[in-house]
Amino acid sequence: MAFGLGVLRGMSITMSRVIKTYIGDFKHLGKPHDPKTLAERQSVRGSGIFTIQYPEEKLKPQENFRLIPMLLYEPLVDEKTGKPMIDEKTGKEVVASERCTSCGICSKVCPPQCIWIVRATKDGKPQPKSAEFYIDIDVCMNCGMCAEFCPFDSIKMDHDY
Amino acid sequence: MAVTAPTAPIETKPATVNDPQVIAEKIKLQYPDAVESASAQGIVVKNNRLPDVARYLHDSPDLAFDYLHNLTSVDWQDRFEVVYHLSSLVRGGAPLVLKVNAAREDPHVPSLVPVYRGADFQEREVYDMMGIRFDGHPYLRRILLWDGFVGHPLRKDYHEPYYEEDKKPFGSRWDKGHHVIAEDRNPWHDNVQYPANFDSTTYQPPRDQIRTIGIEEAKAKKLRTDKIVLNIGPQHPSTHGVLRLKVTIDGETIIAVEPVLGYLHRNHEKIGERNTFLQNMPYTDRLDYVTSMANNLAYAVAVEKLLGIKPPERAEYIRVIMAELTRFVNHILAIGFIYNDLGAFYTPVVYGFEERELILDLFEAASGSRMMCNYIRFGGVARDLPDGFLDKLQYLVNERFPRVTDTLETYLVKNEIFNARARNVGILPRDVAINYSAAGPVLRASGIKYDVRRAEPYSIYDRFEFDIPTGTIGDMHDRFTIRIAEMRASLSILKQAVKQIPAGEIQTGKKNYQARAPKGDAYGRAENPKGELGFYLVGDGGPNPYRYHVRSPAFINLGALNEMARGYKVADLIVILGSVDITMGEVDR
Repeated sequence: MAFGLGVLRGMSITMSRVIKTYIGDFKHLGKPHDPKTLAERQSVRGSGIFTIQYPEEKLKPQENFRLIPMLLYEPLVDEKTGKPMIDEKTGKEVVASERCTSCGICSKVCPPQCIWIVRATKDGKPQPKSAEFYIDIDVCMNCGMCAEFCPFDSIKMDHDY
Repeated sequence: MAVTAPTAPIETKPATVNDPQVIAEKIKLQYPDAVESASAQGIVVKNNRLPDVARYLHDSPDLAFDYLHNLTSVDWQDRFEVVYHLSSLVRGGAPLVLKVNAAREDPHVPSLVPVYRGADFQEREVYDMMGIRFDGHPYLRRILLWDGFVGHPLRKDYHEPYYEEDKKPFGSRWDKGHHVIAEDRNPWHDNVQYPANFDSTTYQPPRDQIRTIGIEEAKAKKLRTDKIVLNIGPQHPSTHGVLRLKVTIDGETIIAVEPVLGYLHRNHEKIGERNTFLQNMPYTDRLDYVTSMANNLAYAVAVEKLLGIKPPERAEYIRVIMAELTRFVNHILAIGFIYNDLGAFYTPVVYGFEERELILDLFEAASGSRMMCNYIRFGGVARDLPDGFLDKLQYLVNERFPRVTDTLETYLVKNEIFNARARNVGILPRDVAINYSAAGPVLRASGIKYDVRRAEPYSIYDRFEFDIPTGTIGDMHDRFTIRIAEMRASLSILKQAVKQIPAGEIQTGKKNYQARAPKGDAYGRAENPKGELGFYLVGDGGPNPYRYHVRSPAFINLGALNEMARGYKVADLIVILGSVDITMGEVDR
């Protein structure tokens, strides 16, 4: 075998990648960042290279995707408009009720121990809700165990990346 | 450097049990006073007779315990216990456990380095973490921590900065709730402990000595050149993490290589002892961050051994699928990175990343995260496979990946530049590979047909037909091609698994977040892409492990680097390192 043939073969494979990428680009000319285009090029049958201009564009996350835990609540709804009421001081939605019963499982299962809960009390008796609930994002390791083990589906993992 | 002739690979026979009681009787015939006791948990050997017993086990032709898997220690508060896991690569089976006791005050244990060179790094680690001195060790010095460090952190009476309680969950988080946000604690103020009378402006680290291995040879040759110590790293761009190599060179020829470790050390094992068994699962992701699914599996295998539970069929198949996909991912990256180290910057790696992307998408769909999967639970998996997962996988393993593997082979293995640089370079002879406890592809490339999946089948690996590829002489070329052959073997397992996977449960019993382990110890191991990943666990009846040790394949393979690189040129060193395939997250732990 002539010396250098293996190197040339490698080059030809690189060249074919370049061509595949351009074929893909021309196929979706004019709408390179259409969600349909991205889904097709991202799929297992896709070929060639493409770029997503993050953070302007984002791929749709998978359903199981987990990022940061969040506590779910029911907002207080304005009866006239049917929209959640906004607290004027803070600009946030007014919380009507939380699903959390302050059972403490999430704080016991959390590996970096980043969840603190203070149980609510009424007349000295413990109530099945939390007075304070902290998730320290600095030390959260995004493992998703709090959401997995929460018996009341009160914690879910965020999809906003 | 002489090239040894290719020989037939050693074949490992499937599992035969190394019964401690039978072997203890054999030892007693030879050394009547050496054995203190023998039970299913292992043989307790008298401290001062350990080298004799190890030498006998190693040399005796019918026992032939030629391989030291794991060496670790347990702090029992009134004494220390050093634990050895030995096995015979010819016979396979579960490893034999040897235990040696040492006094709590000023502990000494004879070193096993003269018998098993693989004990070198591991004994240094035990000295570093537990403060047990190994008499006769050639270079007993801290390995993961810096030389001025005070104390031995894995001792039970050592408390780290921000110490709250011995075991999680901490009571302060719930019930007695108060909150301190982590950011409010000043990280530069009170989390560093210095020795007494320490002054950073005048501190001089102990003088580095050049390791004497190899220097005698140079003297004998009457070379007229001076030896230079060259520091490669820390943070060399093509090393695989933050690593420093202290290389003694004579001209351009390497005389000795000493890896300087610990830049990524975070005492994973102490963290593991604070955690409950389940809480530790996401931490195992961070050991070798390329192969997190396989780490999860190895940890689950070890804990299930301790708890005595067995996952249902479907979960076993899911685990095997995930582990083999991980092997494919790891090897496709490893061969890309070897090219990177050779100077073919990033093109082969990026081609590897392209396929890896598809597998990571599958991991994300199943587990929710691409790299830090945290997917496997004790007695099952976290959640079932999502819709469409198996269809995608079917296409990948039957059509796309075989095609990709063939392409890789055509343009990478047949490349003349690669062949010129990789053939007969970085040879690790067979007996040296065994003696240094090399594992995984590094061991198999030297011609030893040893694979934990065959030798001590875990999960359901005994059901699948697959090849165990072996190399011939153990050079870089063998270590490269063996990875491509293993990718093929993984694909064949995946094809069978996708075809056979049944429907059904994915979890045995109810999910328990505070599983209590009985008293006792267990060594669970799995064939990770980088080698044998083992977890040594000691349970004390509670939900937290009393002792948690990781047998890290990359760490122990790195111990053989000196043997591989000695006698070759400096320019080959980085490629030889690349062919070992290390991840510093696992080496430094």
